[in-house]
Amino acid sequence: MKPAPFAYAKAKSVEHAIELLGQAGGDARPLAGGQSLIATLNMRLSAPKLLVDLNGIGGLSGIAVRNGRVEIGALTRHVDAERSADIGKHAPLIALAMPHIGHAAIRNRGTIGGSIAFADPAAELPACLLALGGEIEIAGANGRRTVKADDFFKGLFETALSPQDVLTAIRVPAVTKDTRVGFAEFARRHGDYAMAGLAASAKANGAGLAGVRLAYFGVGDTPVRAKKAEAALAGGKVDDAIAALAADLNPSGDVQATAATKKHLAGVLLRRVTKQLMEAQP
Amino acid sequence: MKIVEDSPPVLTALDRPNSYIGRSVPRPNLARLAQGRAQFVTDVTLPRMAHVAFVRSPHAHARIKTIDATAAKKSPGVIAVVTGAELAKVITPWVGVLTHLKGIKSAPQHAIAVDRACWVGEAVCAVVARTRAEAEDGCEKVTVDYEELQAVTDPETALDAKTPVIHPDLGDNLTFERVHSAGDPDNGFAEADAVVEATFMFGRHTGVCNEPRAIVADWNEGEQRLTAYHATQAPHMMQNLFAKHLTLSEHQVRVVTKDVGGSFGIKVHTYADEMATVALSKLLKRPVKFVADRIESFVTDIHARDHRVKGRIGVKNDGTITAWEIDALSGIGPYSVYPRTSGIEANQIVNLTGGPYTCPNYKARARVVFQNKNVMCQYRAVGHPIATAVTEGLVELAAVKIGMDPLEIRRRNLIADDAHPSQGPSGIKFEALSHHASLAHLDSMMNYAGLRAEQAELRKQGIYRGIGFASFVEVTNPSAAFYGVGGAKISAQDGATVRLDATGAIFCHTGVSEQGQGAEAVIAQCVATSFGVPMEQVRVIMGDTDNTPYGGGTWASRAAGIGGEAAWQAGKALRGNVLAVAGSILQTTPDTLDVRNGAVVDAATGTERMPLHELARICYFRPDTLPAGVQSELVATRHYVPRAWAFSFTNGIQASYLEVDTDSGFVKLLKHWCIEDCGTVINPQLVDEQIRGGVVQGLGAALFEHCLYDQRGQLLNGNMADYLVPMAVEMPDIECGHVVTPTADSELGAKGAGEAGTAGAPGCVMNAINDALRPLNAKLLTDMPFTPDKILRALGKV
Ligand SMILES: Cc1cc2nc3c(=O)[nH]c(=O)nc-3n(C[C@H](O)[C@H](O)[C@H](O)COP(=O)(O)OP(=O)(O)OC[C@H]3O[C@@H](n4cnc5c(N)ncnc54)[C@H](O)[C@@H]3O)c2cc1C
Repeated sequence: MKPAPFAYAKAKSVEHAIELLGQAGGDARPLAGGQSLIATLNMRLSAPKLLVDLNGIGGLSGIAVRNGRVEIGALTRHVDAERSADIGKHAPLIALAMPHIGHAAIRNRGTIGGSIAFADPAAELPACLLALGGEIEIAGANGRRTVKADDFFKGLFETALSPQDVLTAIRVPAVTKDTRVGFAEFARRHGDYAMAGLAASAKANGAGLAGVRLAYFGVGDTPVRAKKAEAALAGGKVDDAIAALAADLNPSGDVQATAATKKHLAGVLLRRVTKQLMEAQP
Repeated sequence: MKIVEDSPPVLTALDRPNSYIGRSVPRPNLARLAQGRAQFVTDVTLPRMAHVAFVRSPHAHARIKTIDATAAKKSPGVIAVVTGAELAKVITPWVGVLTHLKGIKSAPQHAIAVDRACWVGEAVCAVVARTRAEAEDGCEKVTVDYEELQAVTDPETALDAKTPVIHPDLGDNLTFERVHSAGDPDNGFAEADAVVEATFMFGRHTGVCNEPRAIVADWNEGEQRLTAYHATQAPHMMQNLFAKHLTLSEHQVRVVTKDVGGSFGIKVHTYADEMATVALSKLLKRPVKFVADRIESFVTDIHARDHRVKGRIGVKNDGTITAWEIDALSGIGPYSVYPRTSGIEANQIVNLTGGPYTCPNYKARARVVFQNKNVMCQYRAVGHPIATAVTEGLVELAAVKIGMDPLEIRRRNLIADDAHPSQGPSGIKFEALSHHASLAHLDSMMNYAGLRAEQAELRKQGIYRGIGFASFVEVTNPSAAFYGVGGAKISAQDGATVRLDATGAIFCHTGVSEQGQGAEAVIAQCVATSFGVPMEQVRVIMGDTDNTPYGGGTWASRAAGIGGEAAWQAGKALRGNVLAVAGSILQTTPDTLDVRNGAVVDAATGTERMPLHELARICYFRPDTLPAGVQSELVATRHYVPRAWAFSFTNGIQASYLEVDTDSGFVKLLKHWCIEDCGTVINPQLVDEQIRGGVVQGLGAALFEHCLYDQRGQLLNGNMADYLVPMAVEMPDIECGHVVTPTADSELGAKGAGEAGTAGAPGCVMNAINDALRPLNAKLLTDMPFTPDKILRALGKV
């Protein structure tokens, strides 16, 4: 479990990182917290020629609340997001999800940007971003652009990022009085990637819900919106929403759960998260 | 040294002034380990040391047609690329059989596969390089041309005529078969008011050590000697095997085993890659290091517990058990592991089933078959968790069938505490057990009646909690009956040599070894007490075949019971020697003196007569002042091996309290209790740690751990993300309690405590889950580990 040989360069700025990523014939990879990347290198599942270390770049970490949005810099460590009062107050869904991400040692190094860029289909943050209708800030060879979460996750470990792109920040809408969020997951052991999980947001609408966004994780190649269930839930029908999952989700089984179990758990999650949405105050 | 958590000594001969027996003294090695100053094999770096990595078979069964090493040999840093055929000129193959397992057979196994690979992960070529990374780079450049052969992966069909025979020379895929019948099982079943049967499945799993297997082999051409720094449980056994297969004599081999980061039975076997490493050192005439990484650990560290057991129990309406029957099938790897064999676990299932109970009518069959999967062998509590889960599963099913409380049926059938010596249905002999005292202790410790009331109350609210039990017996302190009689060169006895140094301190050299379980502390406690010095003045030396008495090492819960007794006796003998000289210096008879707290004292009054350092000074530096004819002997050696009993059986009972989330199929462990009787408790804290750690491994088996293979023999979850070891958050509070029935075979009276926790926990959790789900008419769960998948299926939800 030693990585194949690779070169290492420390980027001084985002522009420098983009320039470095253009070298090595496109076979370069940004290095953030290293909690996913280094494991894949050590297991020789990937062998890039060059690692471009983002950790020395100033201004890529930090949490800011402005214009009704919460912006989290790509290099912000999980632990800092977990402990941030701003996130607790303005992006409570992310606060709910944080303790489920691995273990303390992993959260000390792992980054928000790394989690989104890596896009593990069973990871919490990509689903939260999707549930919140967030967006992703990207700097690339052709300048900067913003991609909506709904358009970002393309396939298994595949995103809108191209090899020369640096993810610089994510943004989610700050909660308002009528925002409702809910989060639950099933993992065999605390800290494991989920067998199935659900991040949800909605707006209170009288006694019911509107603008429901249900983002499942661990049940597909990407985080998955359950759109039929969203509609049913907005109509106030939990049982119909659960039934609709059959059409929304098409999980495959893995070593921790069969496809049937994942589907079943998705329904259990929906019932539990709906309860949170109905009860939770932001 | 701070002494904490005293437990009142139940002792007699051990009750010396300043006794450390029965006290939770901290382990002397704590600071060393905590400060990172331990010496694990990975810490060993020698001049000119090279690293080896292995090219491993990606196929479960394949002919090796050609190996092209041309590119690898040119890879940066590569020193040598060696194939199985090349290495076979340096090291001979071995066959893992023992004569006391009648009929057991296996095929010769090579250090590196020659011609054919028989499981995914078997080494087919070695690459030796300056660094491990360069060795791995080299491995990627070795091209092996395989011809895939059909893999045998289902034990149920391994003996079918149309299944290929893995080793054609052996005739079939049957490694070992044992049939046993005792009492009158047919009549027992005929007499029963009810007969209950079930098929129990156990998930093949492994013991995941913090420190992986590791060895540095240093062949010294000048001395014609091999020194192996080896993370092993049995240094002298390995000395014998390295010598034998390198065609050396034993004195040409030294095995050094310093700190070992957990072993659990994993590190007590012969591993092909470790044998290859010593052979490579001899071939290349330089030190070679091999440290298994996590990925290769999963495909090469022995697996265990791959068993299917059909069981049957007969019971009368008054609760009397009338007969037992089991049919066990075990799928091992393609080879029986050397030298302890892969037949022992199945053999233990036959030995131990029904063990705690009086019913003598017993019929058993166990078959062990070869498979193209990683090798399987003995891991913590060998066979016990299987036999216990089958026995206890059947007992609780019988109780349900006749409508009796599960503790009550046990009370009516457990061997009475005053009925010993006694024997189990398989003929295993018990010196003295305390099943009923243990059960009574558990009943009150857990507040059983209160929990049952709580369970009933919560069921009304749709909360499903379960209570499960497991009584057990545990094999400890093995005599030569375990391996020696079968021809394995594994010492049954152990020794200790104690020496008084010139400052009055004690050195104790012992044949048992430290794996993190605290053997070093226990040995120091024994010597300090029996000789009479503060524990700080005892230095324990272990794990060096050049420098310790020839011994067995650490396995089968033997280090404290056997090694401790040898140390105890050696300390006593040295005290006798010291008092003999003291008598002549002080001009009194030795029997009026004693050694206490580092000084020679008047035995009657405790008044100090002479500090030990003064006595040592005279003996070493001014022996001219001693009376003529007095020669001091400040070294004493004693050995111990259990003779009266083949094994010193311990016993106990565990209980589990848990909650099943019937929507998700998740089990939450709420509480676990273990009452056990390991005889004299030398160090209560270490015993409780062993029990708790053992329970946790058993809980892993019940809920999490499983080496999942597909039909082609590929391991699907061989990494720490997918293979689930039990972790702290999911573990319940574990309460331990003790009943003390010392063995009369030794003065110390200590039996083993290392495996009791693992023996009982899985069966207990199985019973608790079924107890929780009984009102829901769920299907019986008998297939470990109990995953959410399986529980949802039993509930009919998926
Ligand atoms: C034992 C363990 C358990 C874990 N459990 C969980 C869990 O339960 N849930 C979970 O969500 N995660 C889990 N993780 C993963 C952890 O959260 C990772 O830290 C995270 O997924 C990746 O973040 P990182 O900063 O470590 O990224 P890295 O490992 O450095 O990089 C990951 C990938 O993203 C790319 N990348 C990183 N940053 C950028 C950027 N700014 N721009 C472009 N590309 C970038 C890298 O090139 C690489 O391909 C676990 C990890 C471990 C080791």
